[in-house]
Amino acid sequence: MIPFTNALRQEQQTGPDAPPARQPITHLTMKRFNFYYGGFQALKNINLDVYKSCVTAFIGPSGCGKSTLLRAINRMYDLYPNQRAEGEVLLDGMNVLDPHADIIDLRARVGMVFQKPTPFPMSIYENIAFGVRLHERLTRAQMDDRVEWALHKAALWDEAKDKLTQSGMSLSGGQQQRLCIARGIAVRPEILLLDEPTSALDPISTAKIEELIHDLKQEFTIVIVTHNMQQAARVSDYTAYMYLGELIEFGDTDNLFIKPQNKQTEDYITGRFG
Amino acid sequence: MDLRRQRKIVNGAALGLSLVAMVFGLFWLCWILLTVLQLGVSGLSLGLFTMMTPAPQSAGGLANAIVGSLITVGLATLIGTPVGIMAGVYLGEYGHNTWLGNVTRFINDILLSAPSIIIGLFVYAVYVAPKGSFSGLAGVFALAILVIPVVIRTTENMLLLVPSTLREAAFALGAPRWKVITRVTLRASGAGILTGVLLAIARISGETAPLLFTALSNQFWSLDLSGPMATLPVTIFKFAMSPYKDWQELAWAGVLLITLGVLALDILARLLVKNEVK
Repeated sequence: MIPFTNALRQEQQTGPDAPPARQPITHLTMKRFNFYYGGFQALKNINLDVYKSCVTAFIGPSGCGKSTLLRAINRMYDLYPNQRAEGEVLLDGMNVLDPHADIIDLRARVGMVFQKPTPFPMSIYENIAFGVRLHERLTRAQMDDRVEWALHKAALWDEAKDKLTQSGMSLSGGQQQRLCIARGIAVRPEILLLDEPTSALDPISTAKIEELIHDLKQEFTIVIVTHNMQQAARVSDYTAYMYLGELIEFGDTDNLFIKPQNKQTEDYITGRFG
Repeated sequence: MDLRRQRKIVNGAALGLSLVAMVFGLFWLCWILLTVLQLGVSGLSLGLFTMMTPAPQSAGGLANAIVGSLITVGLATLIGTPVGIMAGVYLGEYGHNTWLGNVTRFINDILLSAPSIIIGLFVYAVYVAPKGSFSGLAGVFALAILVIPVVIRTTENMLLLVPSTLREAAFALGAPRWKVITRVTLRASGAGILTGVLLAIARISGETAPLLFTALSNQFWSLDLSGPMATLPVTIFKFAMSPYKDWQELAWAGVLLITLGVLALDILARLLVKNEVK
């Protein structure tokens, strides 16, 4: 397979039967992070670590800023002139928010999957090759391998291998979303951002994507925004509970769900609020 | 109960009125089509496509006018479409809330609703009069000016219909803006833009006023764009007003040709959109 430099993965390979090492390596750090939509401050002083090869979930009621926080990591907000961020988002020590940061390179390192499936109006093969071609020059055979690899990783190969030349739009909703995941990982990013990836999907497709998230975290650091608390509990290693633009509680998912430290978190996860 | 009855009556009245309106519209359309068919069919013959426009009282066809129309409409589309698409891309992708974008959009709206005779006079004043001669090229310019605003408007509208998440998804992969536009958003709105182009062609293929002052007309076969050129609409105008019976018959045959051509373009446009929706 394609060589992949990932410290934790090597660690896991040494002891595949042992429980995952609880010595997390920080991959991304947010420091004193503020975010504004025009004059409105949507995020207030967020400090948060995202760990390598782990799944971090952002939960909280609608409008709490969890998607905004996610979209800051790959600077999606750059597209909109009235949106602005302050503070630091450090990816391996490099400040992502630095106006001189190379956004193209950043987005090659940080992939994203959106709430609604967004296949491009081209064939399944081209959907995946599109992103790869932006960053690498591959021969036809190498590209074929990469497309197959990505589709395998996204658990779509068996369903799509006979119709690679068909339009990406011809797939079902759940397949389209897995195509988007394949497209994201084909670029071989370090971090994968998932913005409510299953909220437009049926339960079976949702289960498939959740399984996929579990497999993918071997190689990618994953940050997921979800409305669904059970989903956060099922798929994530760490959870951040947010409310009204503030990070209320952050911690190990099991701990946060079993014995939350904060009363607000407890009210939310027990369904008394939210 | 009373409320329910009232609702039923209002519903029935609204349905009835809209049916009447539809029948009223269709009635005229059908009458026009029938008349065109009735009067035009008798003029249809092979000679229509092979012979030149005749002198009065002699046999002839519309070959020079048909070819002239194909050339002027074709060239005007070739010039107008890229300009229109590029300006539409600017408005739809770059100039949302910019000063230049708003001004361009406003001017384009005026141009879109400007009577075509004004465009004809404009080209006459700036091109034909200084050169001192009517020419097919001047006709092409006038028609191109009519194509541009239609294509700008449809391109912009179609690009605005592309969901922003699709754009964001392309940006999120690290694509530069020009690639997002050319590879993703233009492609996603391709059928819609093509439909706009076809409708623009349909519109200019029947335009007479802008050609009267520019391409004028020509009794003879001519492919020379620097001289007067025959076109279908102007020939129809000239022949239909004449007292000669065979000229009038040719005019109706020409009307039928244009009608069928426009109908074919409209159907093609509909098919394209339908295929896209699937």
